[in-house]
Amino acid sequence: MAAEPKELRDDALNGLRLSTQLERVWRTPPGLLGALMSVDHKVVGRRYIVTAFAFLGLGGLLAVLMRIQLAGPEKTFLSADKYNQIFTMHGSTMMFLFAVPVMEAFAVYLVPLMVGTRNIAFPRLNAFSYWMFLFGGGFLWISFLFNVGPDVGWFSYVPLSNLQFTPSKRADVWAQMITFTEVAALAVAVEIIVTVFKLRAPGMTLDRIPLFVWAMLVTAFLVMFAMPSVMVASTSLILDRLVNTRFYDSSSGGHPLLWQHLFWFFGHPEVYIIFIPGTGMVSAILATFARRPVIGYPIVILSLIATGLLSFGLWVHHMFVTGLPQLGAGLFTASSMLIAVPSGLQIFCWLATLWDGRLVYRTPLLFVIGFILIFVLGGLSGVMVASVPIDTQVHDTYFVVAHFHYVLIGGAVFPLIGAVYYWFPKIAGRVLSERVGRWNFWLAFIGFNIAFFPMHILGLIGMPRRVYTYTADMDWAHLNLVSSAGALVFAVSFALLLVNVIYSLRKGELAGDNPWGASTLEWATSSPPPPQNFDRIPVVKHRDPLWADGESLPVVAGLSTDRREVLLTSLAEAEPQVREASPEPSIWPLLTAIATTIFFIGSIFTPWAVLWGTPPMAIALIGWFWPKGSKEDEA
Amino acid sequence: MRQTIVRNVSELPTYGFGPRSGPWWGAMGFMALEGMGFAVAIGAYLYLYAVNSSWPIGAPPPDLWPGTTATVLYLLSIIPNEYTNRVAHRQDLAKTRICLIGMALIGIALLVLRGFEFAHLNTRWDNSAYGSIVWLVLGLHSVHLATDVGDTVVLAVLMFTRHAKPRRFSDVTDNVFYWNFVVLAWLPLYVLLDWMPRL
Ligand code: HEM
Ligand SMILES: [Cu+2]
Repeated sequence: MAAEPKELRDDALNGLRLSTQLERVWRTPPGLLGALMSVDHKVVGRRYIVTAFAFLGLGGLLAVLMRIQLAGPEKTFLSADKYNQIFTMHGSTMMFLFAVPVMEAFAVYLVPLMVGTRNIAFPRLNAFSYWMFLFGGGFLWISFLFNVGPDVGWFSYVPLSNLQFTPSKRADVWAQMITFTEVAALAVAVEIIVTVFKLRAPGMTLDRIPLFVWAMLVTAFLVMFAMPSVMVASTSLILDRLVNTRFYDSSSGGHPLLWQHLFWFFGHPEVYIIFIPGTGMVSAILATFARRPVIGYPIVILSLIATGLLSFGLWVHHMFVTGLPQLGAGLFTASSMLIAVPSGLQIFCWLATLWDGRLVYRTPLLFVIGFILIFVLGGLSGVMVASVPIDTQVHDTYFVVAHFHYVLIGGAVFPLIGAVYYWFPKIAGRVLSERVGRWNFWLAFIGFNIAFFPMHILGLIGMPRRVYTYTADMDWAHLNLVSSAGALVFAVSFALLLVNVIYSLRKGELAGDNPWGASTLEWATSSPPPPQNFDRIPVVKHRDPLWADGESLPVVAGLSTDRREVLLTSLAEAEPQVREASPEPSIWPLLTAIATTIFFIGSIFTPWAVLWGTPPMAIALIGWFWPKGSKEDEA
Repeated sequence: MRQTIVRNVSELPTYGFGPRSGPWWGAMGFMALEGMGFAVAIGAYLYLYAVNSSWPIGAPPPDLWPGTTATVLYLLSIIPNEYTNRVAHRQDLAKTRICLIGMALIGIALLVLRGFEFAHLNTRWDNSAYGSIVWLVLGLHSVHLATDVGDTVVLAVLMFTRHAKPRRFSDVTDNVFYWNFVVLAWLPLYVLLDWMPRL
């Protein structure tokens, strides 16, 4: 074998020549076909984020429709049947198409930058998972528009979702959408775990990983252990409906409660899958705008891990009223309350950081403070519903609706909007308008509380959830009107965010590399980052590299400049080990996703799709893995 | 931002084996989540077993011979599988080719045997919840079996083309690793499907 020519490596190039050469190797090919082939985590991440927010918009629209219907007694704006579809679509869209995907989407964009590498692990899988998410979500919404949207709640309880009670395709649509989105979520989870384990910059030891990355790592593990359960559950459901299996049919030895166990074994951790990334965003934003590292770094990490572990012990609290043995119920009450401890610890760490910091009150920080206030309230009502006697009382009332919106919106949506303001410069190269940002925050904070606080009271005075209307003699009209007005204000705050984004994309102030003076590696490259992320891979010597290393960042040289290479490092110490090839752009992930979609949707209508749908999938997969045209193979 | 080169990594290899390589960790990740899928399916089986007073429901237990033969074959397959691992590590192309063909043939034999296992479950999926869960569990494992066989066949073909580059041996060892998972996952399922109903 001939000696390798020297120009292969980046130690021979410098400055602009190095950047241009790397850009040529790493860029997404031009044109539509190029766009469909992209395996750049930033391109895919941006698509993911935009798509997830589009679903937030759709889900929010449905929420507003529900609130219009409930604004006064005996309104006929929506029929009972439409209302069922709408709350199901709202819940399913928010949980499966917005909350989890948007968090993973941020991770897809940010984690590789934050750990200092050039691309996510398994970029083609990443592209595939985005297409699966898009097709699964699109399928659900198209079905809804054609009036076959699910109407059995976002949890599709059997027997309601059995063939007997839901003979149309509605529940099948729901069950298949679950499979689509879970395939996507699981793939991303594996990518994130491997990216964090193996692609970290040299020297980024376990105790130098940014807190946001830790949060996403814990989340990825939760996804990995929680989601298979709902996939087994929904697959069993669709088999019951399509080929007559008897999993949930009590007349043939099946059991409806099996559904609830499988569903809540996923459904409860799901809340933490949504909330834990939110806490990671909070930690990142807080450190930057308090101008100091988050106090208690190891405590925060241990809390994240403890929350993750405890979240699996709790699913039964959704089933207190199903008549489980008493002892079990007591145990689960205790552990439901126990989970408040790590969350509380984290909140103390943040408060201490705020207390000790030199605060810069920009919009991201406002959202974080809003988050802390709302989340504490949500946590309190959570401890209340975790106790069996209270739960028995308020079960299936608006108290629960109030509680989980405080937790979900307070715990995830507020940090998320803060994160949009915080990372927008890195994604778009421009800063969002601060003036609009403040309006956005105050309208959101006030609107949210007006919309959801009254629901606590409505629940306590007996208004059940999932009712499409109520009579005037119930005395629920005033509070409902207030709540609906608040919901409109809240919705306007999102419209403002959209306006801000559209306006600032063109006219916003140019951001520069590090507009907030933050400490983590994503700010060490330009905004938006070039296709190769970094011209040279950074070396990490401190927990807050950009604060500690001031003006001169230590880096490594010696990676290839004429093919895509990433640096693999060891698990704990992040010692460089291997220069591994990173895949070239490819159309096969998209083709595989299309083949899989035909398979999944076809099988709703005929079991034969399992036969004729498999070969195209197999062909697409072989095309995907066949190393044709790989520079690394040709070399 | 100014940069200071503190280290040169050009001497590092461009592929690694086992935990040094990215794909190995990917395989680990997928095995963890697929393992979770198996655990959930086993949980569902045991749940249905617990809530029914008679088990199996309205059917005799599966005939023992197909499952038992398969189990023996799975266990024996570990030997050629580990041998494949060894020759791939040594980057012995000729032996790796033979081993991959051998493993593909073993896989195909097990797929055929899987057909007999289904035929001898002695229940249909729509007979009762018992029938449904045994078909689901066996089906779940079949998907893994088929995936690995497909992967082995494609790798075997690759090794006869110009793509038989050194780093491809690392892919072969990952495939070996995944096969061990398919075998390991089968053992509790064998006990569950073939012996639980005889208790
Ligand atoms: C604009 C903000 C929102 C408003 C006004 C709103 C309103 C509502 C209302 C009124 C219900 C109760 C339907 C009923 O029981 O009759 C509901 C249910 C629900 N919401 Fe929201 N929501 C909003 C945002 C969110 C977000 C961001 C999430 C999740 C991240 C979410 C998740 C859910 C879930 C899971 C349900 C339960 C659906 C079901 O029972 O099937 N909501 N929402
Ligand atoms: Cu819960």
